[in-house]
Amino acid sequence: MAKTMPERKGHSALGLDAELARRLLYTMLLIRRFEEKAAEAYTLGKVGGFLHLYIGQEAVAVGASSVLRADDYAISAYREHGHCLAKGADPRRVMAELFGRRDGLSKGKGGSMHLFDRSVNFLGGHAIVGSHLPLAAGAAFAIKYEGRDAVVVCYFGDGAVAQGEFHESLNIAALWKLPVIYLCENNRYAMGTSTDRALAQTEIWKFGQTYGIPSEKVDGMDVLAVRAVVGRAVARARQDKTPSLIEADTYRFRGHSMRDPAGAVYRTKEEVEHEKERDPIVMFRERVLTPGILTEADVRALEKDVNDRIDEAVAFADASPEPPDEWLFTDIYKED
Amino acid sequence: MAVMTYREALNLALREEMRRDPSVFVMGEEVGLYEGAYKVTQGLLKEFGPKRVVDTPIAESAFTGIGIGAAVLGLRPVVEMMTFNFALLALDQIVNSAAKMFYMSGGQYSVPIVIRGPGGPAAQLAAQHSQSMEVYFYHVPGLKVVRPTTPMDAKGLLKSAIRDDNPVIFIEAETLYPVKGEVPEDPDFVIPLGQAIVRREGTDVTVIAYMGMMYRAMEAADELAKEGISVELVDPRTLRPMDVETIIGSVRKTHRAVVVEAGAGFAGMGSEIAAFVTEHAFDDLDAPVERVTGANAPMPYARNLEKLKTPSKDKIAAAIRRVCNANGS
Ligand SMILES: Cc1ncc(C[n+]2csc(CCOP(=O)(O)OP(=O)(O)O)c2C)c(N)n1
Ligand SMILES: [Mg+2]
Repeated sequence: MAKTMPERKGHSALGLDAELARRLLYTMLLIRRFEEKAAEAYTLGKVGGFLHLYIGQEAVAVGASSVLRADDYAISAYREHGHCLAKGADPRRVMAELFGRRDGLSKGKGGSMHLFDRSVNFLGGHAIVGSHLPLAAGAAFAIKYEGRDAVVVCYFGDGAVAQGEFHESLNIAALWKLPVIYLCENNRYAMGTSTDRALAQTEIWKFGQTYGIPSEKVDGMDVLAVRAVVGRAVARARQDKTPSLIEADTYRFRGHSMRDPAGAVYRTKEEVEHEKERDPIVMFRERVLTPGILTEADVRALEKDVNDRIDEAVAFADASPEPPDEWLFTDIYKED
Repeated sequence: MAVMTYREALNLALREEMRRDPSVFVMGEEVGLYEGAYKVTQGLLKEFGPKRVVDTPIAESAFTGIGIGAAVLGLRPVVEMMTFNFALLALDQIVNSAAKMFYMSGGQYSVPIVIRGPGGPAAQLAAQHSQSMEVYFYHVPGLKVVRPTTPMDAKGLLKSAIRDDNPVIFIEAETLYPVKGEVPEDPDFVIPLGQAIVRREGTDVTVIAYMGMMYRAMEAADELAKEGISVELVDPRTLRPMDVETIIGSVRKTHRAVVVEAGAGFAGMGSEIAAFVTEHAFDDLDAPVERVTGANAPMPYARNLEKLKTPSKDKIAAAIRRVCNANGS
């Protein structure tokens, strides 16, 4: 390891030391492996309903979460396994939720699209496109009302940009100076609709300018770039309650959901293969191996840890019983 | 007890709850500087300041969602709909976010929000501003729905709604804002949600009605008393959860039931009440349950047509006579 010291110094100027590299790579690998196993479980009939995989987009959730404190909040749409895991949720309980079991985060009542984890301030899991953008502003409103310095990161897709709630939320967040970071994961498609078929302005970050808030575009395949851009936005939100709009340029390697196997009709195979060359995990692995921040052995050890942990998550989910029948009627109203 | 208007009773409830709990705040269009489109929030900005009396842009979906998001973090927002007709723009937030978050999160995140404002028939406001809106909400598990008929109920129920840990839809009425009545000034006075009230005791027939229809049914009952028909009037006050027990108890006593509602009858509140009365008290009934409902038409503007749209005292009285003359006992 000693021979890599000069390189490591250079990188630590960017904030990238072995500890951080390990953390970022580990979490991206964890999400990737989780999704692969979730897909497998889906084909085995253990996971039902809609299953939207995050594979290809891991750098966004991991880069953004890496600058958040435990008392900060994250909220997302239905492609949210990665966001929830990156915020710190236990993969066993996330997997159990996908399996519809009683030890799932939401006792099996939410499923893949409705993950919530109060213990890590993960506010869900919302499956009506655009609907959680006002909720994020509301959480930020509460933070400001209570005089705290926490922030909210709100992940959403390019599809939500056409919704009124995107514009209503940006307007009010800007007007009231709410500590929220709107982080758009532009993976170029909303189901089969490419952004140029849905948006008059496909440069999504520019909508932030309209509302007078700091807005930036970032390479969503580069975990360090996401970390840097979101880090700045978080600092602004924390210090003076300035909201931001960030557009992360990314790509989903799988279909829209498991029911859209390859996303074959609305995009070409060549396009998908081409984008896979920018796999955020492969690129980051190179980035940390080349200067020797981590060694091959380090990476192999991380992969082994991740695989073990996800195997354990699947075993946990498998072993967890179904929720009892009475739970159909619990958690509808909170009793005093 | 003090005599005050329904509007003043609501205002007092808001003030008392805001004084009692710093997490309570009011938000909506024109609630602050303008003091409320119907002046329910009059004076609140002055007493509590702009942090707790928040004027919003015209964006029902967003400010309702913001209220829900704030409630998830533990605040107690009272979101005003300028009129409930506009709540349709926020229906997704109310139904998909507020009502279901507690369930979808397996009991992790509750949503202690009140969404309030006037609804129901108004005066010549035509089809878009004069609708009975409760029907859109009481179908939804996870919501509570309140319709307060008197100033006392307005105060006591709004206070309970604010203290409730669940989303409460609280629909007032423009036509009732100036109505005066006795209201307890005790800040600890509350009326629990889910409790009906017998507003008039009687022996021949149970009439179930709320809001403006309760006042009309009361007039009909006065008239019928002279004919020797004794009407018992039950006001559910909370439509969800519904106090089925009180209604059934009354029907078991009178053996007849008439349901009155201002909204269009098809799949309305009357359908639901008629259904559960039949389910729970079929053997006690001496006549089929009658429904007196708003016409199955949009609200017209013209004065004469508008009158036809909503049940009149005469229509209510006629229905009561019909069930009482039905041969059964
Ligand atoms: C309001 C609403 N309309 C339609 C849908 C159906 N739907 C689910 S996902 C989706 C595409 C959304 O795409 P995007 O926001 O880009 O997110 P991505 O799937 O790319 O992560 C659509 C149309 C929905 N869930 N909600
Ligand atoms: Mg998309």
